[in-house]
Amino acid sequence: MPSSIRESATEAPRLAAESRRDRPRARRLPFKVAAGGAIVAVLVVVGTLAPWLAPHDPQYQALEAMLKAPEWFHGAHFLGTDNLGRDILSRIVYGARVSLLVAFAVVLISGFVGIALGAISGYFGGKIDFAIQKFVEVVWAFPALLLAITILAFLGQGLFNLILALVAQRWIQYCRVVRGQTLSLRDRDFVAATRALGAGSPRIIRRHILPNLLQISLVIGTFSMASAIISEASLSFLGLGVPPGIPTWGTMLADSRSYISTAWWLALFPGLSIFLTVLGINLLGDGVRDLLDPRLKRAMKT
Amino acid sequence: MLLLVTLLVFVLLHAAPGDPASMLLGQENTAADLAEARRRWGLDQPILVQYLKFVRTAATGDLGKSFRFSAPVKEVIKERLPATVELAFFSIVIAIFLAIPLGVWAGARPNSWLDNFGTSFGLFGISMPNFWLGIMLILILAGTFHILPSGGRSTYGVAGASETGFYFLDSLLQRNWPALRDAFVHVVMPALALGANMVGILMRVTRSSVLDAGGEEYVVTARAKGLDNHAVLWRHVFTNALIPIVTVVGLEVGTLLSGSIIVETVFAWPGIGSLLITGVTARDYPLVTGVVLMYTVAFVMINLFIDALYAVIDPRIRY
Repeated sequence: MPSSIRESATEAPRLAAESRRDRPRARRLPFKVAAGGAIVAVLVVVGTLAPWLAPHDPQYQALEAMLKAPEWFHGAHFLGTDNLGRDILSRIVYGARVSLLVAFAVVLISGFVGIALGAISGYFGGKIDFAIQKFVEVVWAFPALLLAITILAFLGQGLFNLILALVAQRWIQYCRVVRGQTLSLRDRDFVAATRALGAGSPRIIRRHILPNLLQISLVIGTFSMASAIISEASLSFLGLGVPPGIPTWGTMLADSRSYISTAWWLALFPGLSIFLTVLGINLLGDGVRDLLDPRLKRAMKT
Repeated sequence: MLLLVTLLVFVLLHAAPGDPASMLLGQENTAADLAEARRRWGLDQPILVQYLKFVRTAATGDLGKSFRFSAPVKEVIKERLPATVELAFFSIVIAIFLAIPLGVWAGARPNSWLDNFGTSFGLFGISMPNFWLGIMLILILAGTFHILPSGGRSTYGVAGASETGFYFLDSLLQRNWPALRDAFVHVVMPALALGANMVGILMRVTRSSVLDAGGEEYVVTARAKGLDNHAVLWRHVFTNALIPIVTVVGLEVGTLLSGSIIVETVFAWPGIGSLLITGVTARDYPLVTGVVLMYTVAFVMINLFIDALYAVIDPRIRY
C-alpha cells in the first residue's frame, strides 16, 4: 500500500495546483478569441457584402433547376437549390444579414435598457429599486421563448416586432447583474468622494458607475448575442419571425422539413450556418471573459 | 404575481390585429353571424371586463372554453400535458446522465484530453440550435437508417387504452412490453434534441464548480486522511459542487420548457408546446392564455422547488 498512499498524498496538492493553474488559461485563451473572432469577422463581412458575394439572386426561382443537389465546383449552384430552384448558398449569404442585424439590434437595445434600469435601480435603491425589481420578476416569470412567441403571435410578423420580442426578456440579464454591481459600487470611496466634490447623481452614474460596468456588460452582450441568433432562427422556423420573402436561416430550415427525406442539403447548410455562428460567438465570449477578468465568472453566476 | 402575468398576456392578446371570430368562422358568414359569435365568446365586451371575468373564473380553476377545440381549455391542456412532461423528463435524465459524469471528470483533471473533449462537447451543446439537431436526427436516424420513427408519440395500435396519459407508466402498469419499447423509440430523438443545450450548460457548470471545490482545504484534508481518489471526488468534491449544479438544472428547466415548444413542433409531439403553436395560429385566446399560464405556473413552481432543495443539499441553508 505504500505506493497508493504516496499517490494520494501527491495527488491533493496537484489537484489544487492544477485548478489554480487552470484559471488564468494563458495558453488556451488566444485560440478561443482568435477562432471565435475569425468566425464572427467572416460573418460580418459576408453579411455586409452579401449583394456582391452571393452568386445568385436569393429570390430568383430557377424553376428548371429545382431541388438540385450541391454541385460544389462543377456547376452553378455550389450548395444546390431548394424546392423553388433558389440558390442555397446565396440565400445563406443573405440570411447572415438578417441574423446579424437582428442580433446586433437586440443586444444594443436590451443592453441600453438593461444597463440603464439596472444602474438606476442599484444606485437609487428604495422605492425605485422596488418597482423596477418587481417588474423584472414578472417578466422573468416567463420562459424566454414563450414570451417572445406570445408577443409575436399577437403583434404579427415583422422585423421590428421580432426585435421587440427578443428584447422583451433579454434586458433582464443586464439589469440584474448591473444592479448587483452598482449596489456594491455605490458605497465605494471614490463615489463618496465625487459626491463630496458636488457631483450630481446623473453625473456620478454616467462618469463613475457606468465605466466600471463596461467589462461585464460586454461579456453578457456576447452571450446574449449568441442566444439572440438561436431565438431569431427558432421564431423564424415557427413562422413567427421575419416576414416571408426575406431569406433567413430559420425559414430555410422550416421550408426544408417537407423535403427531409429527399433533399438533405436543404436542412444541413442553413443549420450548420446557425451552429457555426453561435459557436463562434460563444468561443469569443468565453475568450473575452477569461481575458478581461476571471472574477467575472463569479459575478455572472449571480 | 400570476395576476400580473395574466394581465400582461391579456393585454398583448388584445393589442393584436386580427379578429378571432372571423378567423374561426371562415369566409362565408354574415355580419350577423360574426356579431353572434363575438357575443357568444364574450368578445364584444371591453378588455377590462373580459379580463376580470377571466380572473374570476380562473381562480376557481376554470380557464374558459377553447374556440378551436370547442372544449374547456382545462381539458385540452390536461390531455396534452403528460406528453410534454414525459418528454421533458427524459431530456433531463439524458442531460444529467451525460453532463454530470463528464463535467466531474473534466473538472477533476483539468487540461487532460478528457477535459478538452468534455469542454468542446459542452461548447457544441450550448451552440446547437435544438430544432436543427432534431431535423438532423430525423434526417440521419429516421430518414437514412430507418432506426427510429420520425415523429409522434406511439405507433397506432401498439399501446392499450391510456389510463394515466403517460405512455411509459401505462405500458408498465399493463405489462405491455412492445408498447414500452414503442414509447421509448419515439421519445429518444426528441429528448436528445431537447436535452442537448442542457447537456452543454450543465457540463460546463459541473466542470467549473468541481474545479472550484477541488481546490478547497477540506479536499486536501480528505486526501491527507488517505481516502482514495474516487471517494474524495464523489463524496467531498461533488457534494460541495452540487449547489450551482442544482441551480442550473432549475434554471434550465425554464429553457427546456421554451425548447419543448419548438422541439414538439419538429417531431409532431402532441404536447402543450405544439398545442400553443396551434392556438397561436388559430388566435384561440382562451387556449393561448391557458397554455401560457400553465407554462408560467410550472416555471415558478420549479424554481420554488429548487429553492427548497437547497436546504436538503446543504444543511447550512435554512429557511
